[in-house]
Amino acid sequence: MTLSPAARFALRAVMALGLAVIYVPLLVVLVNSVNADRAFGWPPSGFTGRWWSQALDNEGAREAVLTSVKAGLGATALALVLGTMAAFAVARYRFFGREAVSLVVVLPIALPGIVTGIALSNAFQVVLKPLGIGLGLFTVIVGHATFCVVTIYNNVLARLRRTGTSLEEASADLGADTFQTFRYVTFPNLRSALVAGALLSFALSFDEIIVTTFTAGPGAETLPIWIFSNLFRPNQAPVVNVLAAALIVLSVVPIWIAQRLSAGARTVA
Amino acid sequence: MFSPMPASAVRIRDLRKTFGAVEAVAGVDLDIADGEFFSMLGPSGSGKTTVLRMIAGFERPTAGTIELGGRDVTGLAPFDRDVNTVFQDYALFPHLDVLRNVEYGLKVRRVPRAKRRERALEALRSVRLDGMGARRPAELSGGQRQRVALARALVNEPKVLLLDEPLGALDLKLREEMQVELKAIQRRAGITFVFVTHDQEEALTLSDRVAVLDRGRIEQVGTPAEVYERPATAFVAGFVGTSNRIGGVCVRPEKIDVDTEPGAAPADADQHGAEPRGTGSGDRHAMGTVAEVVYAGAATRFVVDLESGERVVALQQNLRTSSMDVMRHRGARVRISWHSAHEFHVPDARS
Ligand SMILES: Nc1ncnc2c1ncn2[C@@H]1O[C@H](COP(=O)(O)OP(=O)(O)O)[C@@H](O)[C@H]1O
Ligand SMILES: [Mg+2]
Repeated sequence: MTLSPAARFALRAVMALGLAVIYVPLLVVLVNSVNADRAFGWPPSGFTGRWWSQALDNEGAREAVLTSVKAGLGATALALVLGTMAAFAVARYRFFGREAVSLVVVLPIALPGIVTGIALSNAFQVVLKPLGIGLGLFTVIVGHATFCVVTIYNNVLARLRRTGTSLEEASADLGADTFQTFRYVTFPNLRSALVAGALLSFALSFDEIIVTTFTAGPGAETLPIWIFSNLFRPNQAPVVNVLAAALIVLSVVPIWIAQRLSAGARTVA
Repeated sequence: MFSPMPASAVRIRDLRKTFGAVEAVAGVDLDIADGEFFSMLGPSGSGKTTVLRMIAGFERPTAGTIELGGRDVTGLAPFDRDVNTVFQDYALFPHLDVLRNVEYGLKVRRVPRAKRRERALEALRSVRLDGMGARRPAELSGGQRQRVALARALVNEPKVLLLDEPLGALDLKLREEMQVELKAIQRRAGITFVFVTHDQEEALTLSDRVAVLDRGRIEQVGTPAEVYERPATAFVAGFVGTSNRIGGVCVRPEKIDVDTEPGAAPADADQHGAEPRGTGSGDRHAMGTVAEVVYAGAATRFVVDLESGERVVALQQNLRTSSMDVMRHRGARVRISWHSAHEFHVPDARS
C-alpha cells in the first residue's frame, strides 16, 4: 500500500501525539523526582538527589516497598504453580470442561478489578475470618494470584502447544522415566516461558491497587496504596514522585526482559 | 532362511487400534526375525505409523498383543521396552548439543560419564558426524539431523530399531546415499530394523522382507521379489510398481516390449537381435496405438491403447535410443509383446 506524503505525515503526527500522551507524563514524573524546585516548577531550576535520599529515609515508604515486593513474589510463586499445572492439564490431557479452563483462567484479568476486589473481600470475610485469619499480606497475595495466574498460564500453554509431545516421546523412547523426561526435556524447554510469565506476573502485582484495596488489611500497605494515600499531602509530594519513578522503572524492566525472552525463544525454536 | 526360529524379535498378534470411529489398525499379525531388515510399505493413512507407535509403546493397542524377543510388552511403558525409534521429524532435543543428544539414552540409564562420552563419540563416528558434537540441532542440515537421530538411537544398542519414514524429508540424492548407509549400518550392527515407508522402491531396495499395508490391514508379507513378482492382491500389484491388466492377466511395464515397426517384420521371435531398440520377442502379442511417450532419461515410458480398449504402460531402456528417436513414435501403430512366464494373476476381490 502506498500513501500520499500528506497522509503519511498525518499518520505519523497522530502516532507521535498518541505516544506523547502516554509517555510525556511518565517522563515528567521521572524528571520531577530530581527536580530541585520544591513546588515542581517547570522547567526545573536544577537537579537534586535530595528527594531520593529523603524517600530512602522514609520509614513508611520503605515498609511499603518491602510489602509490595513480598506480595509480588508470593503471588508470582502461587501463580507459577497453579498456572503451570493448568497449562499442562489443558495442553496434555483430555477431560470434561477442558475448553472452559482457558476462559476461567483469563476471566479475572478481564473482570473489573473492583468486582474481583469485592468478591474476594466477601469470600475472605466468610471463609477466613472464622479461621482466625484476618486481611493482611496473605490475602493480598491470594488476591493478586487470581489475575497473575493468567500470565504464567498463557506463556506455558503457548510453549507446550508449540513444542508438542514429540520431544517427550523421544525422551521416553530413549529410556527416560516420567521424572527424568520432565527434568531434562520438558522443564528446560519451558524455562524461558516460565521466567517471562513470572516477570509479567510480578509487574502486574507490583502496581495493582484496586484489588489490593479490598484485600489488604491495615497491616499490609503496598507501595501503590501508600502512594495513593500520601498523594495529596504536600509535604510528602517529593517522596511520592520518587516512588512513582521507582515504580515505573520496576514495572518496565521486567516487561522488557520478558518480551526479549519470548522473542529470543521464538527465534531459537 | 531364518530357521530354526528362535523367539522372533517382534511378534504381533491380532493388533488393533481405533481412534474414535477410525480403525487405524484392523488386525495385524507379524513375525519379524532377529537381525531382519523388515519394511512396512503402504500409502499414507494405511496405519504404518500407528503400528510402529504401538511397538514403541506410545499408543496403547485397542486389542492384540506385542512381544519383543519373546516377552509380552503390550502393557509396558516406552522406557521399559528395548526398542528405539528414529522419528520422522527426528525430534532432536533443541536445547542440547549434538553430543548430548546422542548421550541422552545412556545418561538416563546412568552409564558413567566417561563411558557414555566414548560411546556417543563412537556413534557419531559411525554416522560420519565426527567433530559435529558441539553444534546445536538447529545448526545442522536435514541430512545431518537425520544422522544424529540415527546415532542417538543406535548408541543404546537396542534389539529393535523402529524407523518412521526416516528419509522422507531428504532430497533424492541424499536419500539414495542414506539408503546405502542405512543398509550398511544395519548389517554391521546386526540390529533388527522395522522400517516404515510409502516409497515402494525404497522398501524393495533395502528390505529382507516387506509387509504391504492398506487400510490398517496387511495385504501381503514376503521378500521384495515375491511381493513384486507375485503380488497376492490387486492392491499390492497396483501399489508395488505399476502393473498392466491385459485380458485376464497382469504384466509389469518393463516386461513389455514395444515394436514400433510392426509391418516391417514377421511376428516371430527370430527377429531377436536385429532390432536395435530391444528384444522384440515374446510369445504373447497385442496391437495398439501409442497414446503418449514419456522420455525419462534412462528409460522411456510408452502408453499404448490396445485394440481391445485396454491401456498399457511399457517401459523401455534407452540403451541405444535418444529422446529424438522415441518422441516421433507418438501416435504410431505398434505391436507389443511379452513372455507368458512374466504374467501373473491377482484375485479381483477388492477394488
Ligand atoms: N492420534 C490420532 N487420532 C485420530 N486419528 C488418528 C491418530 N493417529 C492416526 N490416526 C488415523 O489413523 C489412520 C492411520 O494413520 P497412520 O498410522 O498415521 O498412517 P500412516 O503412517 O500409514 O500414514 C489415519 O486415518 C489417521 O488419520
Ligand atoms: Mg506415517
